[in-house]
Amino acid sequence: MSDNKDGVSRRGFLATSAAALGGIALAPGIRLVEIAAAKPDDEPVSSKVRWGMLIDTTRCQTGCTDCVSACNKENGLGEVTKPRTNAQWIRKIDLTDLKTDHALSLPMMCQHCANPPCVDVCPTGASFKRADGIVLVDRHTCIGCRYCMMACPYKARSFVHEPHTDQKPEVPRGQGCVEGCTLCVHRVDRGGTPACVEACAAAGHNAMMFGDLNNPESEISKRIREVKTTQVRADLKLDLGVRYEGI
Amino acid sequence: MRLLAIAVLWGLTLVPASAFMAFAAAHAAEPGRTPLPAIAITKPGQCVEPTDVMRRDHMKFLKHQRDLTVHEGVRSKQHSLNECIACHASPKTGSVLGEDGFCQSCHSYAAVKPDCWDCHQPKPGQKAATGVRP
Amino acid sequence: MASTASYVETQSRSGAFWGLLVLGGLFMLAALGAFLYFEHNGHIVTGMDNQIVWGIPHVFAVFLIVAASGVLNVASIGSVFGKPVYKARAPLSGLLALAMMAGGLAVLAADLGRPDRLIVAMTHFNFKSIFALNMMFYSGFFAIVSAYLVTMMDRSLNDYSKVMGFLAFFWRLALTTATGSIFGFLIARTAYGSAIMAPMFIIYSFAYGLAAFLIVQGSMYAWNKVQLDEGVLTRMKNLLAVFIGAALYFTAVMHLTSLYFAKQIDYERFLLLDGGIHTTMFWLGQVVIGGIVPLALIFTAGRSQTRVIAASVLVVLGGLAQMYVTIVSGQAFPLEIFPGYAATSSFQDGIINVYSPTLGEFALGFGGIALAFLITVIAVRVLRFLPQDDFAALKAGND
Repeated sequence: MSDNKDGVSRRGFLATSAAALGGIALAPGIRLVEIAAAKPDDEPVSSKVRWGMLIDTTRCQTGCTDCVSACNKENGLGEVTKPRTNAQWIRKIDLTDLKTDHALSLPMMCQHCANPPCVDVCPTGASFKRADGIVLVDRHTCIGCRYCMMACPYKARSFVHEPHTDQKPEVPRGQGCVEGCTLCVHRVDRGGTPACVEACAAAGHNAMMFGDLNNPESEISKRIREVKTTQVRADLKLDLGVRYEGI
Repeated sequence: MRLLAIAVLWGLTLVPASAFMAFAAAHAAEPGRTPLPAIAITKPGQCVEPTDVMRRDHMKFLKHQRDLTVHEGVRSKQHSLNECIACHASPKTGSVLGEDGFCQSCHSYAAVKPDCWDCHQPKPGQKAATGVRP
Repeated sequence: MASTASYVETQSRSGAFWGLLVLGGLFMLAALGAFLYFEHNGHIVTGMDNQIVWGIPHVFAVFLIVAASGVLNVASIGSVFGKPVYKARAPLSGLLALAMMAGGLAVLAADLGRPDRLIVAMTHFNFKSIFALNMMFYSGFFAIVSAYLVTMMDRSLNDYSKVMGFLAFFWRLALTTATGSIFGFLIARTAYGSAIMAPMFIIYSFAYGLAAFLIVQGSMYAWNKVQLDEGVLTRMKNLLAVFIGAALYFTAVMHLTSLYFAKQIDYERFLLLDGGIHTTMFWLGQVVIGGIVPLALIFTAGRSQTRVIAASVLVVLGGLAQMYVTIVSGQAFPLEIFPGYAATSSFQDGIINVYSPTLGEFALGFGGIALAFLITVIAVRVLRFLPQDDFAALKAGND
């Protein structure tokens, strides 16, 4: 326990000194220099980290789909031409409060649950949760039974209905398997952020924040401490990695 | 009686088997009967393991690396499929598949059908930008 | 000559036998065609999509699996509860159980996104998954029921048949519990996530299984021009009536409890009142055709075997309707991700999902029935599966 505390405070120290060194914090949520270096390529991910996302629905613009386009491009999903069968790892949902008519818009994707129903129901163990909290499908063992799609409370999974040849080298995907948001795991493993978060910041909305929920000094953890955030369908007690602000 | 039957059965199995092997041996040296795999090394240099090891065990390396990458996020390059493709893709087609493709030509010769290409891209590509983590 | 005697039942109707094989074979061919078509093009050529992920193939597959475990009940009543009338029917019951289970599993496997990876499904188990548990129950079912059949049909092993009967009985109860739990464990969707699913599926299986058995038994008797004993008919039809009644009772309880919870009212309104095809499938299919009409037929049947068989056919049709309601209607109703909000998106949030099944999906489903049919027809011809209390007499007459 004391080790952990030391680690935390050391990281905190580094963070403050990094920020202090050049005053590199540009705006809330955006910094030029990473605080913690990316993990070495040959090192497995660790459960000391839990990747998560915070979405500020008050900043998310109705009608803006930059996060969706960025995801489709990054992961080679292409444009949605057949909305019933095309894969949609992230989608924009427009909500209207039935009583007050208050309208809001938000992106919905895999919530990266700590207790994911898709992992519980998967017969082969192809649906799994990585040590750092990212929920993935191992396409090498997915048999395409779609039970995880039945089980997911967020409709976060898509089934690949057609053969594909235009995959991105880092995002293999093919007919007959189920897939969903990977939190851009290929970028995160190299120290990066998901494409949707980047696109949201590039559009100037800054409605999406990505970071380590286990690190109390991370921007996301600080924000979650400060403001009221919501887990969607909190009644299911799935302990989500994606939180929302303003609903 | 029973022994005799067993001997006869074995004989019946062995005769066609040895005949086939003799036939195969006689024709193995014949050029042109079976198209040999086109293993064109366009980027000379040292592979990640000795050639004979790679020929025998490349699938083991790939499978091991696959599980490490998917489940544990290990992204070392040595046994990564994308690194194989980057080095072995044909300069003509840009792919490891196709008739003379490094993977396909040998796999057709050996009559082994890997299902890597149902999902994986057989052409090398640029790594995506990672973005900056806040 | 015992070895030739067992062929007697169908020997005289050889042409009809081959005719049945061709008929079943044609359906199998159609299913094979559908399977290859799906496999080659992907599920884009089916009516299923990212919202209705399980469709008509699953309706048929789950029906066959549930009915398979239920049809074994006839044998259980004989072996476990020691009723001689049922004991004579035990081999046919065991055979039908195996055949229908094989048919259902074949459809389920043929609909997978990656059917080529069936071996993965058999070598990688996630023990927390009720689906994986089901796969183990299914394999065990084949082993146990086969062994049970052997102990019944091999006289030297007859002593063990009671033990095997018990084992098979408990195994099938566990199996159907697990099958019902596939839906019972889905917490996310309003239509599922209820513990009543498991016992309800057991009751359904009793009804569907007995109905399937009565249809097959009736056809075999009619084919061989044997009259089914009136006492046997009365007993079996009354039992079917009890099962149909129990199935209706469980259905009513499920929907009544569901109506009690405010958060589930919307789904119940959708299913019971204004769901279009789903409402029709429930009231007309599951309740009227699958419940009320067969009950009326049975109670007015008197000595008419035709009426009992007609009732059984209706129970089977009602069973398929019930599976449609459970599987398809449950998915058609939108997932409530944000309660209290109206939602719209490019991913069909907040709307009732439409499902238009294609011919190929039906071909696949009927293929499962055809497989069960072929296995039964062939097995009945080569081995002594038919009820020996009646057919022994027939055989004696022919000899």
